[in-house]
Amino acid sequence: MTTSSSLDRREFITLGAVAGGGLLLAIYAPRVGGQGGAEAPLQPNVFLRIDPSGVVTITVARSDMGQGVRTALPMIVAEELDADWGSVRVVQADAHPDQFGRMMTVGSTSVRNGAWMPLRRAGAAARAMLIAAAATKWGVAAASLRTERGVVTHEATGRRATYGELVAVAATLAVPETPVLKEASAFRLIGTSPPQLDTPDKVTGRAAYGMDARVPGMLFAMVVHPPVFGSSVKSFDATRAKAVPGVRHVVKISQGVAVVADHTWAAIKGARALDIVYENMEFTASSADIFRSFARQAEQPGAEARRVGDAAAGLASAAKRLQATYEAPYLAHATMEPMNCTAHVRADSVEVWAPTQNPQGAQSLAARLAGVPVEKSTVHVQLLGCGWGRRGSTDYVQDAVETSKAVGAPVQVVWTREEDMQHDFYRPASHVRLDGGVDAAGRLSAMTVRVVAQAISGGRGGVDGNAVASIADTPYAIPHYLVEYGRAENAVPVGYWRSVGPSQNTFIFESFIDELAHAAGRDAVEFRRTLLAHEPRMLHVLNQAAEHSKWGSPLPAGRARGIALVEDKGGRVAEVAEVSLERGKIRVHRVTVVADCGQIIHAGIVRGQMSGAVVAGLSAALYGEITIENGRVKQSNFRDYDMLRIDGMPEVDVHIIKSAEEPGGVGEPGVPPIAAAVANALFTLTGVRARKLPLRAETFTAVGDG
Amino acid sequence: MFISSQRMPMPSYTLRVNGAARQVEVEADTRLLWVLRDVLGLTGTKFGCGVAQCGACTVHLDGTAVRSCTTQVSQVGARAITTIEGLSPDGAHSLQRAWIAEDVPQCGYCQSGQIMSAAALLARKANPVDADIDEAMRGNICRCGTYDRIRSAIHRAAREG
Repeated sequence: MTTSSSLDRREFITLGAVAGGGLLLAIYAPRVGGQGGAEAPLQPNVFLRIDPSGVVTITVARSDMGQGVRTALPMIVAEELDADWGSVRVVQADAHPDQFGRMMTVGSTSVRNGAWMPLRRAGAAARAMLIAAAATKWGVAAASLRTERGVVTHEATGRRATYGELVAVAATLAVPETPVLKEASAFRLIGTSPPQLDTPDKVTGRAAYGMDARVPGMLFAMVVHPPVFGSSVKSFDATRAKAVPGVRHVVKISQGVAVVADHTWAAIKGARALDIVYENMEFTASSADIFRSFARQAEQPGAEARRVGDAAAGLASAAKRLQATYEAPYLAHATMEPMNCTAHVRADSVEVWAPTQNPQGAQSLAARLAGVPVEKSTVHVQLLGCGWGRRGSTDYVQDAVETSKAVGAPVQVVWTREEDMQHDFYRPASHVRLDGGVDAAGRLSAMTVRVVAQAISGGRGGVDGNAVASIADTPYAIPHYLVEYGRAENAVPVGYWRSVGPSQNTFIFESFIDELAHAAGRDAVEFRRTLLAHEPRMLHVLNQAAEHSKWGSPLPAGRARGIALVEDKGGRVAEVAEVSLERGKIRVHRVTVVADCGQIIHAGIVRGQMSGAVVAGLSAALYGEITIENGRVKQSNFRDYDMLRIDGMPEVDVHIIKSAEEPGGVGEPGVPPIAAAVANALFTLTGVRARKLPLRAETFTAVGDG
Repeated sequence: MFISSQRMPMPSYTLRVNGAARQVEVEADTRLLWVLRDVLGLTGTKFGCGVAQCGACTVHLDGTAVRSCTTQVSQVGARAITTIEGLSPDGAHSLQRAWIAEDVPQCGYCQSGQIMSAAALLARKANPVDADIDEAMRGNICRCGTYDRIRSAIHRAAREG
């Protein structure tokens, strides 16, 4: 059956005019998760342009932080269009309040929520118009024509025309209301790995990240932010800072003090020479204080996040019962490119160059700070040197706009690594109590989970969904189940960290499931199979992970395997880690990843996201810990906040389940399972259960140190 | 360092950057990274940590990989500076071709530094084994975790030249 796509009432396609006689299609599609209501005016949110030269230009309105949207989204259009991939170009959209729908690039949503069907329809509509143009020109039936790689062919007569040759006629035709979409089995581009469009620029230094914005007359600034959370600048003495050659201005802005100079080094030296007096230093907590307060709070019931059956009764009647407490620390994002932004505030407008996941937030903030209407606020979205959720905030944009306004010149604000690490929105620390029971047959029969952590978002009924994600919504069938959330409060800013709640919760939950499997005397994979009997896709992922990792087969002495899985943001991922302890270090040799992300777009990107997610999760599991002392962050740079390096890279064996289901998330779901997979393997190896991140070799070294 | 230095004339340095002589007037302790990026406009070299812990700022001085974020401009002298922009005239260095063939970059921010570290390695060891790669490349962090493809690309460049 061919998928016939009847455009829904809120989606339609129009023709636009292009200088030089090209074809421009603007697709009006319903916004997903946008800010406007149903009555909001419709705006085109996909642009597809075909020039007489045959160049196909696709506007991408999502930010690229390495997840490859600047390749994957054009691929979707190119597939339905039957474009020649070599002639596809990508243009990054500037921020617009509603023209492109929601531009916020978070939650692994760019393909699955934003683009999949509208982009397909755009490509299919353009293809139909090009065929119609050829049919008109040659006086043949449209059905007798076929398309391939940017060419329309009439096989019977051998006539052919490139898309570029047809756009002038195509642009005069009606836009089809129900463009016919391909079946998945007919995809030629989707699911393959064509060259990524940005790669050549990324290997020659030409790719322009946030910090690479260059504007005539620009100055360079460094901002010093108050070190204690909640504190502010009371006064400062700029004498020594202004004495640094190259320093032009020292100005107080909302979030700190900006030193503005001819180049960044002078700004750094000036910032170091500032004498600042802070006030509102009341927050003096340490990490130990914070975890003690979490533990106290966990004595009390929290808000109900999930209830199935009667957990208390289920636990009371369990054949075996286990209780455990787990903790996870705060984590910094530590994007490779530190926070930065370039801004130019003029009398009646503001222009911003930002590596941001939140172009619309940046645009409205810049407009407000500059005192201009939002139409006069231009935000150019640069490439992002990693995002990981950090760049959904706009604090760095605020620094740049305020500094430019104060000095009356274009200014690039760059944070030092130390500022970046100590003024983050951290992955929330958490304290989680679990109580589980298995029945006489060794099946999980009841569980209660109480999560105490700060909230990232308001949530509903007192529950921040992020804080209990992958626990409250576990795919496992648990007959009696209660999940509670205790909202902790303190001054440490928390935020979205790649995969968000599941990144720490999966360590906790999947470690505890492993504890229960051992308590029940059952194999860890087999124990989980029982819990997934009703979830065929997740079960298949689990079985494939067991098969590809050769689960249960003998390993060399001193090695062990562990498994964990997650269903997160539309992706289902299981990971098996093979570990050892070598010379007092945890060594991860091999990781098998099996992922079901529905229909994938670019196979290489998906594999890269999965192996990269393993690295991200391993960095967190083996190194990641932000500690608080005297109300401030102790760590300051990669010296004391290290991460996995090339010599610690395991062999990562990625298997993507072939699927024609709706696309799921790709960028995040690979992160959560690895910490638990490693901890579970270490338990098998040593008999020691780690209930705290990061995993420290000394916890396990009693056994197995070779 | 108080006000006395402010009116002093800025020192001047003639640097050899990617084969061309470039004159800059900056303080002696100015880090080469910021001279390249902010004074000379060569933005391919990246800032990551400022303390030689991540390798994003790697350039060559007479073919040796150095961290430009901790190299003072006054220490450079007559040594030839090579940045990612000057690694090859047409972006077709064996490593750049291998990086494309292996589709190494994700966000790409660290890749200039990765390639410069790898180029210095290959220049002194034409056929590195994994242990050589570990040693030469462990100073370069990739937050996206592209290490497996970096390793493959270095082997490919060594193999294909």
